Amino acid sequence: MKRPFGQLFLLFLLLILPLVIREAYYQHLMILVLMWVAIGSGWNLISGFTGQVLFGAAAFFGFGAYTAALLSSKLGLSAWWGLPLGGILSVAIAFPFGWICFRLRGPYFALATLALNEIFRHVATIWESLTDGMIGILVMQTFVSKAPYYYVALAIAVVSIVVIDRVMQSRWGYYFVSIREDQDAAESMGINTLYYKMLSLCISAFLIGITGALYTNYMGFIDPKVVFSLHDISIMAILVGIVGGVGTIYGPLVGAFIMVAVQEIFRSGGFGLLNFIGRSTGWPFMSSITKFVGDAHVLSFGILVIIVILFLPNGVVGDWPVIRKMFVRSKDQAV
Amino acid sequence: MEVFFQTLVAGVLKGGLYALIGLGMTLIMGVMGIINLAHGQFMMVAMYITYTLFHFFGLDPYTTLIISMPSLFLLGLVIQKFLLNPLMKVESILPENQVLMTVGIAMVLTEVARFIFTSNYLSVRTSYSSSAFYVGGISFSVPLSIAFILACLLTLGLFLFLIKTDLGRSIRAVSQDSGAAELMGIDSAKIKVITMGIGAGLVASAGTLLLPIYYLFPDIGGPFTTKAFIITILGGLGSTVGAIFGGLILGLAESFGATYIGMDFEDLVGLIIFLLVLLFLPGGIRRLTKV
Repeated sequence: MKRPFGQLFLLFLLLILPLVIREAYYQHLMILVLMWVAIGSGWNLISGFTGQVLFGAAAFFGFGAYTAALLSSKLGLSAWWGLPLGGILSVAIAFPFGWICFRLRGPYFALATLALNEIFRHVATIWESLTDGMIGILVMQTFVSKAPYYYVALAIAVVSIVVIDRVMQSRWGYYFVSIREDQDAAESMGINTLYYKMLSLCISAFLIGITGALYTNYMGFIDPKVVFSLHDISIMAILVGIVGGVGTIYGPLVGAFIMVAVQEIFRSGGFGLLNFIGRSTGWPFMSSITKFVGDAHVLSFGILVIIVILFLPNGVVGDWPVIRKMFVRSKDQAV
Repeated sequence: MEVFFQTLVAGVLKGGLYALIGLGMTLIMGVMGIINLAHGQFMMVAMYITYTLFHFFGLDPYTTLIISMPSLFLLGLVIQKFLLNPLMKVESILPENQVLMTVGIAMVLTEVARFIFTSNYLSVRTSYSSSAFYVGGISFSVPLSIAFILACLLTLGLFLFLIKTDLGRSIRAVSQDSGAAELMGIDSAKIKVITMGIGAGLVASAGTLLLPIYYLFPDIGGPFTTKAFIITILGGLGSTVGAIFGGLILGLAESFGATYIGMDFEDLVGLIIFLLVLLFLPGGIRRLTKV
């Protein structure tokens, strides 16, 4: 059996990280990365391993988030109950949805998930008596410090990676991959494809749902535009998956790190670097460049999608041999 | 009863434009086998072209059709040739790479439009924008009627092109069986490039026709992409006749939904129809008409 030294070392590093890095800003970024690891892993299970592309991760994410928020605003319970309940209710949504929509294949299934996402967003906006519509829901945060949230997020991320690793080594994993490779062949081998696709979707929905509930607890405020967002959640989940590596266990980890970094570099203008250059050199056009870069983060996402699909279709982890060969060869040429 | 007929007329007129959007999508769907999720964004680009020409050169919105359609045709050609066709050779795990690529293209188009025109709402106001004529007590909006007639002409032209010309026949052949078409000597990669151009050109015409009665901002593409795929699913995938009926049904459903249920529900109605069709009529209207 392979000894997981590398993984344990990484886990150890992540465990002591909040003790070493004390700035709230970087802790916040790490929490985001860990949340995206969980969402990306969920996406990767149904899309990367089972081959059913999920375009509406935000449907489950937002459902989990609203479950937590409504528990606190309507029932007066702690929003932390949303963590288990949000996951379970997301599965309860995934179940009938999969039952109906798994008769569709390929791009049509992807579009049905997109429609689910849009329906939830409209319902959450219109049903004002329950969700307060566009005003959103405010939930009191439990902790002032970010460290507790960090450890909860870490726990969810670790659990999601371990769960997916276990599932993919089991018999189920082989069923999932066989469905991705050739659904008809899998069916003719006696695999109940509908059942296993449902199973895969339900595990995914659970992971994404609890992350949504954590988001409510951590951010303290949600509205339909944020948690059911197509660009910021659904597309981001796909990006985390494909940049990191479709159908790899550690792909979402790498992908989440890269995507949050890209998002933040653009949003903050290279972590304030551009601002600093602007102030120290006094060039008047630096401020407009800073603003330009700040506005460009969605554009950068779009360009990143195009480049990754064209040149790294299996992501950083999946195409790692290709990347390494590229660098090794260029080193050889240099020598 | 008057309200009913008024709603009916509004729905049919809007449906004509929706049919134009759906036709482009269904052509691309049939030939490429992918859903083009940048469809609404193509429309947005065409609307900005029309807006620019109207605003800076004072051209009538309808005459800008002769500029917006060819430009979008070219944009479609370039996108298919340099971004989508190369993907067919790339080995990857997910077959949906091309669909993801169109999402990337959609994001880039939206953000570029936001850079140039900012997020402000824009509109084109002509002298006839809010005028209407009356037939038997029911008002017909002038711009919507002009748009409907032009949409009908364009649809007719498209059908003549698909049925009568050599190129049109090649497109239909590739959409039925691209392998067999290649054996008959059709360059299917070239046909795909041309089809993408035609699809983009059709949705461009819809955008230009819609602009005098609508407003414009960079994010307008998303909702129309959703509408386009609802129409395509309703009509049956790859079916051109189905797309026309799908467009009409969506137009009617939205207009009745807005009148009898509430304005908020206009967008939701389409999505609910979409799910109902998936549930009860998975092949769309095509299953009934066999065309």
